[in-house]
Amino acid sequence: MLLTITNTRYPADDLSYLMHKHPAKVQETEFSQGIAHIFYPEVSPQKCTIALLLDIDPISLVRKNGPAGNDFALQQYVNDRPYAASSFLSGALAKAFSSALNGRCKDKPEMVSVPLDLEVNIPVLPVRGGENVLRGLFEPLGYTVQCTQHPLDGQFPEWGNSRYFSLKLTHTLTLQALLQHLYILIPVCDNDKHYFVGKEEVEKLMEKGRDWLETHPQKELIILRFLKHQKGLANQALEQILQEEEPAAETEETTTPSPVRVRMHDVRLQAVKDELLATGAATVADLGCGEGKLLRLLMNEKQFTGILGMDISYHSLTIAKDKLKLERLPEKQQQRIQLIQGSLTYRDERLHGYDAAALVEVIEHLDEPRLATLEKVVFGHAKPRTVIVTTPNAEYNIKFESLEAGTMRHNDHRFEWTRAQFSEWAGQVAQEHGYTVSFKPLGEEDPEVGALSQMGIFSKTTD
Amino acid sequence: MSLVVLIGASGSGKSTFARQHFLPSEIVSSDACRAMVSNDENAQEFSKDAFEVARFIISKRLKHGLLTVVDATNVRDEDRADWVRLAREFHVLPVAIVLNMPEKVCTERHAQRTDRSFGAHVIPKQTALLRRGLRRLRLEGFRHIHELRNPEEVAAITSIRREPLFNNLKSETGPFDIIGDIHGCHTELVELIQQLNYHETDGVWRHPEGRRLVFLGDLVDRGPASPAVLKLVMKQVKEGAALCVPGNHDVKLVRWLNGKNVQLKHGLEQTVAQLSAETPEFLEEIKTFLDGLVSHYVLDGGKLVVAHAGLKEEMQGRGSGRVREFCYYGETTGETDEFGLPVRHNWAADYNGKAMVVYGHTPVPSPQWLNRTIDIDTGCVFGGSLTALRYPEKDLVSVKAKEIYCEPVRPLHMPPSGLTLQQQHDDVLNIADFNGKMLIENRYGGPVTIREQHTIAALEVMSRFAVNPKWLIYLPPTMSPAETSKLPDFLEHPAEAFSYFRGVGVTKVICEEKHMGSRAVVIVAKDEKAVEETFGIKGEGIGVVYTRTGRSFFTDKNMEQALLQRLNKALAASGFYEKFNTDWACFDCELMPWSAKALSLIETQYASTGAAATHALSAAVQALRQNEAAAPLLEKYSLKHQQATQFIDAYRQYCWPVNSLDDYKLAPFHIMATAGKTWFHQDHEWHMDEIAAFCEEDKNILLATPFKVVHLEDEEQVTEATEWWNTLTGKGGEGMVVKSYQYLHQHARGIAQPAIKIRGREYLRIIYGPEYTTPAYLERLKARGLSAKRSLALREFVLGLEGLERFVSKDSLKGVHECVFGVLALESEPVDPRL
Repeated sequence: MLLTITNTRYPADDLSYLMHKHPAKVQETEFSQGIAHIFYPEVSPQKCTIALLLDIDPISLVRKNGPAGNDFALQQYVNDRPYAASSFLSGALAKAFSSALNGRCKDKPEMVSVPLDLEVNIPVLPVRGGENVLRGLFEPLGYTVQCTQHPLDGQFPEWGNSRYFSLKLTHTLTLQALLQHLYILIPVCDNDKHYFVGKEEVEKLMEKGRDWLETHPQKELIILRFLKHQKGLANQALEQILQEEEPAAETEETTTPSPVRVRMHDVRLQAVKDELLATGAATVADLGCGEGKLLRLLMNEKQFTGILGMDISYHSLTIAKDKLKLERLPEKQQQRIQLIQGSLTYRDERLHGYDAAALVEVIEHLDEPRLATLEKVVFGHAKPRTVIVTTPNAEYNIKFESLEAGTMRHNDHRFEWTRAQFSEWAGQVAQEHGYTVSFKPLGEEDPEVGALSQMGIFSKTTD
Repeated sequence: MSLVVLIGASGSGKSTFARQHFLPSEIVSSDACRAMVSNDENAQEFSKDAFEVARFIISKRLKHGLLTVVDATNVRDEDRADWVRLAREFHVLPVAIVLNMPEKVCTERHAQRTDRSFGAHVIPKQTALLRRGLRRLRLEGFRHIHELRNPEEVAAITSIRREPLFNNLKSETGPFDIIGDIHGCHTELVELIQQLNYHETDGVWRHPEGRRLVFLGDLVDRGPASPAVLKLVMKQVKEGAALCVPGNHDVKLVRWLNGKNVQLKHGLEQTVAQLSAETPEFLEEIKTFLDGLVSHYVLDGGKLVVAHAGLKEEMQGRGSGRVREFCYYGETTGETDEFGLPVRHNWAADYNGKAMVVYGHTPVPSPQWLNRTIDIDTGCVFGGSLTALRYPEKDLVSVKAKEIYCEPVRPLHMPPSGLTLQQQHDDVLNIADFNGKMLIENRYGGPVTIREQHTIAALEVMSRFAVNPKWLIYLPPTMSPAETSKLPDFLEHPAEAFSYFRGVGVTKVICEEKHMGSRAVVIVAKDEKAVEETFGIKGEGIGVVYTRTGRSFFTDKNMEQALLQRLNKALAASGFYEKFNTDWACFDCELMPWSAKALSLIETQYASTGAAATHALSAAVQALRQNEAAAPLLEKYSLKHQQATQFIDAYRQYCWPVNSLDDYKLAPFHIMATAGKTWFHQDHEWHMDEIAAFCEEDKNILLATPFKVVHLEDEEQVTEATEWWNTLTGKGGEGMVVKSYQYLHQHARGIAQPAIKIRGREYLRIIYGPEYTTPAYLERLKARGLSAKRSLALREFVLGLEGLERFVSKDSLKGVHECVFGVLALESEPVDPRL
C-alpha cells in the first residue's frame, strides 16, 4: 500500500503542481477503507518523488463487511489487504490525485499535456498469473518493466515464491495517462476486488480507459478482471468499447474448463443418456447429479417416468433446482423428478426400486478405501437393474499439456484410473453383486491412450 | 394403554361423561374435529374430513402409547370397526363404553340444546342402531365393554380406574438372571441355577442377594424332563422368586391340554409321553399356569424387555394378538429354508429401541449383542448349552448340555467371519438415521439438538472427506479461550481462566502446555487382528490418525502406519497393553509441526501476509525517512514494520520441514478409551503420568506434555503458574490450557468447561493479525463474546464422551456415529473462528 511516482524531467518539482500537493507538507486524505498519507521523499528540480501511503484499518475492514455465512474463516482477519497494492490503492489514488487523474491543473494548466519522464514504484503488488501477465499489461503501453518476485518466506525457500512483486515502471508520458493506467491495472493485477462490482464500474472503466484500452492486446483480460468475472458486465463493457456486433467470446481463464472440455462433458452426458434409454429403463437415478446437467437431458425423454437427482452438495442441488426451474414446472412434470441430498457412503432406501442409476464422474471423488462402501450402497442395497459408471481415463492425461505429470485433472480427484484399473475394479464389483459389465470409451479414442473418459455399463444378472 | 370408544346416540351424554372422567387432551371428539375443518360442529357434510382428522390425531396418540377417548356416536358397526382396526394397528386394547340411554332422555336433552342444527329425528334411528349392534361388540373385537343404561348409572360412576397392562412390570428393577430355552433339560437347569448361586429351601430356589430368575419360555418339548422343568418353574413363579414368559412350545402344550387338535411333533410327543405319568391335578395346574402367562414383560422402568422370540419397539408394553404372535414366533418372511424351516425375519437388525431386549427361540452358537438385543438360546437340547444373562451386569453364564437330546434339523449357525454380529450388521450406515433434525440422547444431561442445516453440512463433510466411519469413535470438542483480559496489553491472560474455574467451584486445576500443531485423534492397536476384532475393519492397518473433522491426517498412508508402529512399540515396551488389559487405545493428541498439516494455509495466508507486510512496510519506512516532516508517521510505520516481523517470527516457530518420520512430534494428552473402558473417571494428572510413561520409550517422536497442578486457593501456586505461562509464551509458545483437575466437573448449572486455553500475546498475532497489539486496535478487539463458543464446546464435549462410552459398551455403529456426526454438525455452527 505504498506507491511512489518520480519525475526526472526538469523542472522535476513541477510534479507538485500537477499533483496539487504542497511539497513541504505531509498531507492526508480519507478514503473509504482508511487514510491516505501523501508526502514527498525527495523534491528537487532534478528529481521529485511523491509517495502515496495507505493506512488501512484492518479491524474496521472486518467489522464493516461483517462475517457472514460460510465466509466465517480466519482468512478475513489475517490477510494482505492492509499491505498489498489492490483495488484499495486505486480508490485512494483516485481520491488523492483526482485533479491529476482528471487532467486538471489550476496553476499550470499547460503542463497537463506535457509528457514527463516518470517512474513508478510499487513494493508489493500481487499479480495473478505471474510476470508474464504483469509485462503483458504494462509493456504494450510503452513502459519499461522491472520486477522482482518476493519469496513467501526467506527462511523456508522450499515454500517458493509469493504472488507479490515489487514493480518499477518507467516511461515518458503524461501524468494523467500514467494515473489512468495505474487506476485500472493495479486491481487487474490483483484480480480481486474488495468491494461489490456494480454497473458504475463499467463507467469507471470506460472513462479511465477511453484513450488506450481499445487497442490494448490484453483488453479482454483487463475488462474481465476489472469487472471481476461478472460476465454480463464484462460483455456490456466489451461491446461498448469495441462497438462491434461480435459478442464477447467465452474468455474464461485457465482454471475453468476450456471449451474443448466443456463440450466433452456434454458428449459424456449424451452418451450416458443414450445408454440409459437403450436399457429401456423407466425410472432412473442420477447419483451425484451436481447442478443437474444430465437431469435436464433426462427430463426431455418421455421414456423416463421417474427421475431422481441425488448429490451430496446441498449447494449444487439448490443450483440444480434453479437451473431446472423445478418450481415452475407443471405438476405432472414436477412429479416426475425429485432432488435429494444423499451420500453414496450411506445406504439409502430412497434409492430402492429404480431401473437404472448413473454415476457420472463421481467415484474418483471418493477416497479409494471408501469405494467398498459405495459398492455396497449402489450394487448391494439399491441394486438397480442397470448401473452406469463413468470416470476419467488416467492414460489420457499425457494429452493435457498443462497437466504436470503425475497430477490429476481436478484437485478433488482422489484417484484417476487407467482402463485396466477401471476394468479390474468393475469386474470385481460385478462379480460380487451379480452383474455383468461392459465398457465403452467416452470421447474420441486415441490408439495409444484411449479416450478422455471411460464408461462401465453394469447389468444385473440375478435377482 | 387403550383406545376407549364411547358409543351412544346424540344427546346420550357422551361428551359430558368424557369431560368428567378423562383429561381434555385425552378426548378426541368428532364434533370438535368437524368444527376444526369447517367452523361448524354440526356440518354433517364435513364429516368425512372431520373423521380423517380425528383418525390422524388418534393415530399419533396411540403411537405414543397414550390413552385416548373417541367421542362420537359410533352407533354404526362400520364406524366402530375402524376404531378397532386402529387400536390393533397400534397394539392397544379397544374398550367400549356404551351410553345406552332411554330414547326419551336423549330427545329431551336434544330439545334443551340450541346449538344443534339437526333435527331430533336422528335420535330414534341412532338408538335403534346402537341396540342392534350391542350384542356384537365383543365379536367386533372390543376387549372390555361397559354398558350404562340410564342417567342414574352414569351418575353412580365416580371414577374410572386405569389398570396397567399385565406386561407392565416397570416397577420391578431386578436384578435378574434371565434363562433361555430349557426344553426339558432339567439337569442343566438345576446346574445353571446353582452356578448362579441360588440355594434351594423348601423346594424354592432363592438368591442370597434377592436376585430373581426370569424364564424366557420353551420350558418343554424335545428334552428328557419337561415335567420336572415345569414343576421347578411353576414353583418359582408361584413363590414370587421368578418371572416367566411363554414360548411357542408352551403355547402348543396348552392347546393340547385343552384338547385342541394338535399334531404331536417337534418334541411335543416326548412331553406328552412324560406327562402320562403325572396326575390329572398336575396337568390342570400346568394348564392354569401356562394359560396365565403374559406374552412379555417390560421391566426396570422400561429399560428391559423379555420375550420368548424378542419384541419390536412399537409392540413393547402393548397388547394385541399380533404382539402375542410376535412374542411366540418372532417374525417370519413366509418363506422356508432348505431344511423346511420358516425363514425368520431378523427384527433385531432393525431394532432401534432404547430398551434392552433379551430373548431366545432361535438357537445360536453363542449369544451376541445386536442393537441392544441379545438372543440367549444356546440350544441346550441340541447339545449346546443353557445360558443365563445376568441383569444389569450383562454377564453371561452357561452350562454345557450333558448330551445331545435332539438332533437339530438345521445345524447351529456359525458366524462366517471373525466379526461380531453387531459388526456384520453395521457394515453400512443408514442415511435415514442422519437426516434432518437430530436429538442426541446422552448420559450427561439433556439431549443435544442438531439442526437440519448442520446435519446437511455434516453429511457432506462426512461423505466427502472423513475416514471409514468404523474408525470414527470420537471427535474432539472445540476449546474456548479465557475471558478477555483486563490487563491493558493482553487479550488473554491466565488470571481469567483461574477465576472461571473458581467461579464454578473448582479448587484444583491442571495447567498443560499448549502445543502448536494440529489436533489429532490417534487409534492404535497391537496388530491388525485387534483392529478387526474391535473395529470390524480389515486391511486398513493397525490404526488411524485423523483430524478434528474426521479426515485422514496423512495423505501418505505409509507414513501414518510407520508413526503408528512407533507408537505401538512404545506402548508395548512400556507395558501399556498389559496394564490397561487391552490390545488397542484411542488418544487425543496434538501432532506437530503445524506446517505438516496446515502448510497450504500457512503459505496462502500467513506467509503471504507476512511477505506482503514486511516488504511494503520496509519500503514505507524507507520513504518516510527521507522526509523530516513525516517523523510521526515514521514512528508509526516503524512500529508496524516491527509488528510484521514479529508476526513472521510467531508463525515460524511452528514450522519445520518434514522429511522423515522423526521430524514429527506426537503429544498425546488424553487416554480416551481402551478395550471396554473409557478413562474420564481418572483425573488429568493420571492421564499425564500414564502418557509420560510410554512417551519415555520413544522420545524422538513422542512428547510428554509439561504441566503444573495448581490449587486455586494457594496464591503462590497461582502466581507460579502465571509466571510459567509468561515464560512459555515469552519463548514463543502458544500458551497453556487450564482444565479442572477432574476430567468432568459438575457444578450447579451443569458441566464446567472441560478446558480453557490462554494463548500467548505473540501467538495471537497469527490469529488477530500482525498489528493487533496496537492499543487502539486491542481496545476494540477486547469486545468479544464467548457464550456461543462455550456452549458449543460443552455440547461437543458431551457428545464426544457419549460416543466413546457407546463404543466401549459395544453399542451399534449407528449409536457411535450419531455422536461423532453430531460433533461434526455442531462444528458448522457459525462461531468467531478467532476464539
